[in-house]
Amino acid sequence: MALPEPSDPWAPLRALTPARIGLGAAGVSQPTGAQLAFQLAHARARDAVHHAFGPSSLLHALGSAGRPAVVVASEAADRATYLRRPDLGRRLSPESRARLDALGHAARDRWDAAFVIADGLSALAAERHALPLLERMLARADTAGWRIAPIVVAHQARVALGDEIGAALGVPLIAVLIGERPGLSSPDSLGVYLTWEPRPGRSDSERNCISNVRPDGLSADAAGARLWYLMREARRRQLTGVALKDESAIARLE
Amino acid sequence: MFTHTVAGTRYHFRDLATLLARATPARSGDALAGLAAASAEERVAAQMALAELPLRSIVAQPPVPYEHDEVTRLICDGHDTAAFAPVAHLTVGDFRDWLLRYDTDEPTLAALAPGITPEVAAAVSKLMRVQDLVLVARKCRVVTKFRSTIGLAGRLSTRLQPNHPTDDPRGIGAAILDGLLLGSGDAVIGVNPATDDPASVATLLAMLDELRERYAIPTQSCVLAHVTTALEVMRRGAPVDLVFQSVAGTEAANRSFGVSLALLDEAHDAVRALGRAPAGGNVMYFETGQGSALSAGAHEGLDQQTCEARAYAVARRYRPLLVNTVVGFIGPEYLYDGKQILRAALEDHFCGKLMGLPMGCDVCYTNHAEADQDDVDVILALLGAAGVSYIMGVPGADDVMLHYQSTSFHDALYLRQALGRRPAPEFEGWLERMGITDGGGRLRPAREARLLGGAARAE
Repeated sequence: MALPEPSDPWAPLRALTPARIGLGAAGVSQPTGAQLAFQLAHARARDAVHHAFGPSSLLHALGSAGRPAVVVASEAADRATYLRRPDLGRRLSPESRARLDALGHAARDRWDAAFVIADGLSALAAERHALPLLERMLARADTAGWRIAPIVVAHQARVALGDEIGAALGVPLIAVLIGERPGLSSPDSLGVYLTWEPRPGRSDSERNCISNVRPDGLSADAAGARLWYLMREARRRQLTGVALKDESAIARLE
Repeated sequence: MFTHTVAGTRYHFRDLATLLARATPARSGDALAGLAAASAEERVAAQMALAELPLRSIVAQPPVPYEHDEVTRLICDGHDTAAFAPVAHLTVGDFRDWLLRYDTDEPTLAALAPGITPEVAAAVSKLMRVQDLVLVARKCRVVTKFRSTIGLAGRLSTRLQPNHPTDDPRGIGAAILDGLLLGSGDAVIGVNPATDDPASVATLLAMLDELRERYAIPTQSCVLAHVTTALEVMRRGAPVDLVFQSVAGTEAANRSFGVSLALLDEAHDAVRALGRAPAGGNVMYFETGQGSALSAGAHEGLDQQTCEARAYAVARRYRPLLVNTVVGFIGPEYLYDGKQILRAALEDHFCGKLMGLPMGCDVCYTNHAEADQDDVDVILALLGAAGVSYIMGVPGADDVMLHYQSTSFHDALYLRQALGRRPAPEFEGWLERMGITDGGGRLRPAREARLLGGAARAE
C-alpha cells in the first residue's frame, strides 16, 4: 500500500537557489535519481564540447539571404589539439589567412564591421543560436546603412581568432559569436565578443562581452538590442572594452 | 648546465629551471609553455640527473633571480638552515629514500618542514610515484585552529561552499542549511562572491556571522573576496574571521592577482587586530593551483608544479588556517585529464604538507576536461589515504556560480565512511548536540524535519 508522501521540507528552500540542495541520501550517498540527473547534465555538456561544428544549414541560410560567407579554420587541427593548445585556436591556419588576406586586400576600408560565427567550446551553441542573433544584427545594420563584410564561419576557434580575422579583413569593428564553455545547466550558451580595431595582441579588457545568449537565458531579441547599442557606441567613440562597458550598463538602467 | 647520458644519448639541461621542467611527469600546461620534455626518455633522463643533484645546490641557485622576485627573496631570506641541516648533504634521489624510511616519522618531518624550500619539495616530488606522495604526506601532521581544530589524526574536515549566482543571502543560507544537515562546514563556511563589491561582501559576512552565532556552530566563516575588499570591509567593521586570497609562486603572477607580500602583511595585521580568533589561532586562508602563473604570463620559465610549490612559501609566511589547491579548475590546457589532475592533486598536497601547511584540496574539473565523477572519487580516495586536511562541500558537486564540478557534501561523507574519518572534534560534538548525527557519526533520519522546521520559523 502506498503511503501518502510527507510534505517536502525542502520545497520552499529549493525556490531560493538553483543549487542542487535537498537531494536526500542513501546511507551517506546521493540517491539514484539525483545521481542520474547529474550524470545526464554532465553527459550533455560533454557531448556539446565534442560536438563537431556542422555549419551547413547556417551557410545555406546565409546563401538564401544573399549573404556571402567564408569558412576558415584555426591552427588547431582537431578537438584534442584545440583543448590542449588555446594558443593555436587564436591563430588562423595558413590557408585561411591567405584567403582572408586576399579578401581584405581587395576590399580594404570598404566595410564598417564583420561578424564571425565560431564553434568555441560549444559548436551546438553556434549551430542553434548564432543565426537568429545574426539575422537581427544584419537587419539593423542594413537599415542603418552599415557595410558588413562577408560572414566568417570559423572552426576550432577561440575568441581572439577574431583579432586575426578582423586585421586580415581590415575592418574597424568585429563581433565574434562563439559557443561558451558548457555548464551543467546550459550546454549551448552563446557568447558575443565585440572588439574595436581588432588585431593580434588585444586583451580581454579591450572587448565587450554579452554572455548566456540562448532561449532560456538572454533572448536573441535582448542580445541583439544590447549588441547593436554597443556596436553603435563603439563606432561613435572608437573604442571597446572597460570604458564602453560602464556607460552601456548605465544606459540599460535608464 | 646539467647532463645525463642514457644508452649513448647525451641529454643537456641548460639550467635548474629547465631540468626541473623536463623532469616533471607529463601535463598539458608544461607543453603549452614549451617547457616539457620532448620525449618520454628525455623526461626520465632529466629525473636521473635530478636524482643526483645535492639538495644544497638547489637551495643555492634559486631558479628565479633574487633581485627580480620578492617570492625568491622570501624563500631565501626565510630559509631555516638549522632545520634543513639533517638533509642538506643528501641528493634529491637519496632524499626521496630518506623520506620513505620507517624512522623518518611525524616528529622528524615536523622539525624538517621550516627547512624545506619550494624547489626542494618540487624536485623530490618529481621523482615520486603516487604511492610515495601518499605515504610521505600521511606522515606530515599540520594542526591549525580557530573555533575548530583542523588536521588532527583520524579527522577529515570540509569547507562548506554555498555559492549563489547573484549572492542572494537567502539562496546562500539554503545551501548552508543543506550542508550543515549533511555534516559539512567544520573547516570553514566559505562563499565565493559573484561580485567583489564591498557592500555586498559586508552583507554576506553579517549574514554568515549571524547564522553561526544563532546556531552556535564551532566553525569559521569567510567571503572569498579580494584582499583589498577584505581590508575595506574590515575598516567598516564587518565581522571578518579569515582573510582570503588566491596566491601564486612568482612576484609577477601575484601582481596579476593584484597582491604583494606587503599587501598580504597589511591584511594579516588587520585581521589579527580584530581579535576574533583564540590566542595563537590561525586567521588566513589561501587558494592556489597549478597553471595560474602561466595563465598570467608570469611563470618565469618555471614548470607549473614548481611555481605552485613556490606559492606555498607565500602562504607559509602567514601561518594560515587553511590552504587548498584548486586542482583541475583552470582547464585542460594545464591539466588535461583525470590522470593529470590526480597526479597534480597528490603533488600539491605532498609539497604543501612537507612545507608545513594545512593542505586541503578542491578536487574539481571543468566540462572541457577529460574527467568525470569517477575521477573525483579516485582522487578523493587517494587524498584521503594521504591524510588531506579538508575538501570542499558543494551542493550536489555542482557549483552554480563558478560553473565547475567540485566535491559534494555526500562525497565528504563517503570519504569519512570509507576511511573511518571524523569531523573536527568541536564540530562533531555540535552535530551530535543538534541531532544531525548519532554517536557513531551516522546521519539521523529525523534531522531535516527538526532543523528545517526551525529554519522555517526563523524566516
